[in-house]
Amino acid sequence: MVVNCEQVWLEISNYLEDDVDATLRSAMDEHFRTCKRCASVLEGTRNVIRLYGDERMIEVPAGFGRRLERRLAQSARVSGTRWSTWSAWLVPVAALLLFAGGLRVANSLTSGPELKSKHAQPGWGIPPDMQVVVTADAKVFHVAGCGVIHNKATERTLTAKEAMEQGYVPCLRCMREYLRTASVGYVGLEPEADVDVDADAERETRATGH
Amino acid sequence: MREQELIARAQRGQNELFYELVKPYERRVYAAALAILRNEADAEDVAQEAMLKAFANIRQFRAEARFSTWLIQITVNEALMRRRRDRTVVMEGIDERREEESDYAPRDFADWREIPSEALERKEVRQKLAAALATLDRKYREVFVLRDMEQLNIQETAEALGISVASVKTRLLRARLMLRDLLAAGWQQGWFSRLPFEKGSKPW
Repeated sequence: MVVNCEQVWLEISNYLEDDVDATLRSAMDEHFRTCKRCASVLEGTRNVIRLYGDERMIEVPAGFGRRLERRLAQSARVSGTRWSTWSAWLVPVAALLLFAGGLRVANSLTSGPELKSKHAQPGWGIPPDMQVVVTADAKVFHVAGCGVIHNKATERTLTAKEAMEQGYVPCLRCMREYLRTASVGYVGLEPEADVDVDADAERETRATGH
Repeated sequence: MREQELIARAQRGQNELFYELVKPYERRVYAAALAILRNEADAEDVAQEAMLKAFANIRQFRAEARFSTWLIQITVNEALMRRRRDRTVVMEGIDERREEESDYAPRDFADWREIPSEALERKEVRQKLAAALATLDRKYREVFVLRDMEQLNIQETAEALGISVASVKTRLLRARLMLRDLLAAGWQQGWFSRLPFEKGSKPW
C-alpha cells in the first residue's frame, strides 16, 4: 500500500491516536521516511499535542480554590450535612476576617484617594489581601488572566487593598462574584455601573492604543 | 490518601474530604468551562457550580468511570447549559457555520523538532499558545481542549459534547493542524526566540 501526502494529512491525527490499521500505519511510516513535508507535519502536530497537554497550560484565577472550598462548605451547611475539621471553623473565621478587612478598606476609602473612575463603586466585598493586577494608565484592577486587561506589558501585581488605596476600581467581569455579594450591603452599584466600567476599559484601550 | 479511598469516604458523608478529592482537578475543570464559555468569570462560576453538583451527587458516582472524566462531563454539561441559557453565542465565525471539512492542508513545511517543555515556564509563551487556541472556532476548540488538554478519550469527548465519534475525529484533526500552523507562524514572530535552539532551524 502506498499513500500520498493528502492521504497522510487526512489520517495524521488518527495515526497519532494509534487509530489506524497496521497496513495504513506501515504505509504512513514509509511515507514519513521519504517525505520531509509530511515528517514536518507529523512532528509539528506532536509538538502541539505535547505542549497543550502540559498542565502548565491551564491557569486558574487567583483565589479559585479558596472560593470553591467556601462554596462547598456553604453548600454542605445548607443541605444540613456536616463539614467538619479545620474547614468548619475556618469558614466563619475567614468570613469574619473578610468582614473586618472589608470594613477597614471601606473606612480607608471614605477618606482615601479619589477613585480613578467616577463611574464605578469601590470593591468593598473583595478580600483585601487578594492578589490583583493593574496596568499603566488604567483605572481598573483585575484577577490575573482576566480577558479585558489592556496594555499587558505594563502589568504589575499588588493586593486588592493596595489597588483600592491607589484609586483603582474592580473589573466588573472578573470581580463580579464579589461585587454581587457586596452590592447587597450597600447602595450604589446599579446595573448600569457594569456598562460604565466596560466603557472605562474601552477608553483605556483607545488611550493605550491596544 | 488514595483517590478511591477519598471517594469512598466522601460517599459515606465525610464532606470535608470532597475538596481534597477535587482539588487536583481544579485546573482541568476550569479549562473545560473556559473552552466552552470563553469568559473567565463565567468559567469560574460554572466550574464551581459543577463541583457543587458533583458534591451533591457524589453517591451516584460509580467506580467503573474515571472520577476526572465524571467531573469533566458534569462541567461540560453545566457550561453548555449556561451557554444556552445566556445565549452567549451571538456571532459565530464563518467556519463555525460551515459543514465539517476534513481536507485542511498544512501550510508550513519547515523542519521541526521537539520544543523543550521548558518553553512553558515562560508566561509569555503560555499566553501566546492560549491566544492561538482562542482563535479556533468553537467546535474545533472544544474538541481539542477536551481531548488534548483534558485527556478525555475520543468516545468520552463525543459523549460530553453530544456529537458523533466521527465528528470528534474530524474536528480534532483540523484543530491540531490549525494550531500547528499557528505555532509555525508564532515561530516567525519570535515566540520561542529566547530558547536555546540551533540557529536557522525551527524547534520542531
